[in-house]
Amino acid sequence: MAGLDVRARPARVRSVIGVVAQRSGADPTATGRENLLLSGRIQGLRGQNLARRADELLGRFSLADAAGRQVRTYSGGMQRRLDVAMGLINRPQVLFLDEPTACLDPESRSPMWDEIARLSMGEGLTILLTTQNLEEADRLASQLAIVDRGRVVTEGSPDELKAQLRGDTVLVELAAPGDSGRLKAVLGEVPDVRDISIAGSQLSARADDRATAVPALLAALEHAGIGVHGVTAARPTLDDVYLRFAGRRFAEAEEPAPATSQPAGQPGQSPSGGSQ
Amino acid sequence: MSSIAAHTTWMTQRQLKALAPQPAYLVIQIIQPAIWLFLFGSLFRKVAELPGFGAPSYLDYLVPGAVVMSALSTSMWSGMTVVEEIDRGIMDRFLVLPLRRSAIINASVVMQSITTALQSIIIVLLGLAAGAHYPGGALGLLGLLVTSVLVAVVFSALSNTIGMLARQRETIIGLSVFLLLPLTFLSTAFMAKDLMPHWMQIVADCNPVN
Repeated sequence: MAGLDVRARPARVRSVIGVVAQRSGADPTATGRENLLLSGRIQGLRGQNLARRADELLGRFSLADAAGRQVRTYSGGMQRRLDVAMGLINRPQVLFLDEPTACLDPESRSPMWDEIARLSMGEGLTILLTTQNLEEADRLASQLAIVDRGRVVTEGSPDELKAQLRGDTVLVELAAPGDSGRLKAVLGEVPDVRDISIAGSQLSARADDRATAVPALLAALEHAGIGVHGVTAARPTLDDVYLRFAGRRFAEAEEPAPATSQPAGQPGQSPSGGSQ
Repeated sequence: MSSIAAHTTWMTQRQLKALAPQPAYLVIQIIQPAIWLFLFGSLFRKVAELPGFGAPSYLDYLVPGAVVMSALSTSMWSGMTVVEEIDRGIMDRFLVLPLRRSAIINASVVMQSITTALQSIIIVLLGLAAGAHYPGGALGLLGLLVTSVLVAVVFSALSNTIGMLARQRETIIGLSVFLLLPLTFLSTAFMAKDLMPHWMQIVADCNPVN
């Protein structure tokens, strides 16, 4: 952990990491500032240094006005922001975030994502984040591992993982149910389009690059005199990746497996290498 | 060593601060021993007239017993805080910080000692107001104070240990109820030893409440 042997020097390790657990660890009977100060003191900060750091974090997480209130009066979003602030009090090198937005409403989620992105990009902090939210993983992670039933089933950057699916999905709505053999013959000529399947008037295919494949595909259809109602092309989502590696859609997983992701930070510290 | 002391101080301050906004709790802590004192004082008033009892007034005899009983009953509950903090995840937060582990339990014991010392002083003052005499003088009262704090240390440490091991409120409640009344009545808190049945005298000799 951050170059230290976890078993040999546990106390030292605890002083270079920040941990934000899924459940808030803040003392509800103490004020937000008291919680921050206590964490800071235990982390070895003193006097002016500590007060300044606490004020800085309270300001940054929009808690300055509520700093003197008991934490039990905080909203879910405020409490979560305080948790993250407490995890950052010692300027950790590695920050663990366990489902930081799990109990937040969509409105408070977005600022939290911005703050996490800022921490990992701007401050060179390594963040190990676990989440059930695939959008969150896609947005924040530079390295991502999908864990299914307790095992890492795949890892890589979100783009790499999606690229492994080899191509975008292209869906064409035909004007009339087409003849499968004829359509395949027509589209077989188009470069970069493969895995063609037809169900009634629905035609689906995969292409490495949808920007060039879609116009070529439409041109070929028009040339052959086949009418088209509409076309959609989409990049594969992490849900498609999950489907491929876990063998089922994310929403279908009976016990949703958390995806572990690591937002950008120090290079070369993959979740499996540096942090576990 | 100094870091254990510092960590213990911070953790104790945290617990004391949590008490301040709970006036109801503080009032109950003061009223409860007063109830012991006057309830048993009135109930057993005639006991002092028994031959061989040894104290001129039952109230004189009862005050030290009430002090120790209060120390016992409040410290038996101190493990509840630990269970609550484990449940809420507050304990997890402290465990991932570079906090001296012993400070967690030390703080609880120190906190209980402070509460017990205050409670003992209140009982002694209440007794005085009700007309009890303390033949032991200031030194005797100091001894009583030290004894009650020692009882608090032992039993709050026990209660905390049980809380950390069992992590269930029910266990602590059960243990407190199970131990409190027998320990109190199998002691000389309410009755002079010479007037007890023989077997009870032996049990009372081994009873920490004595």
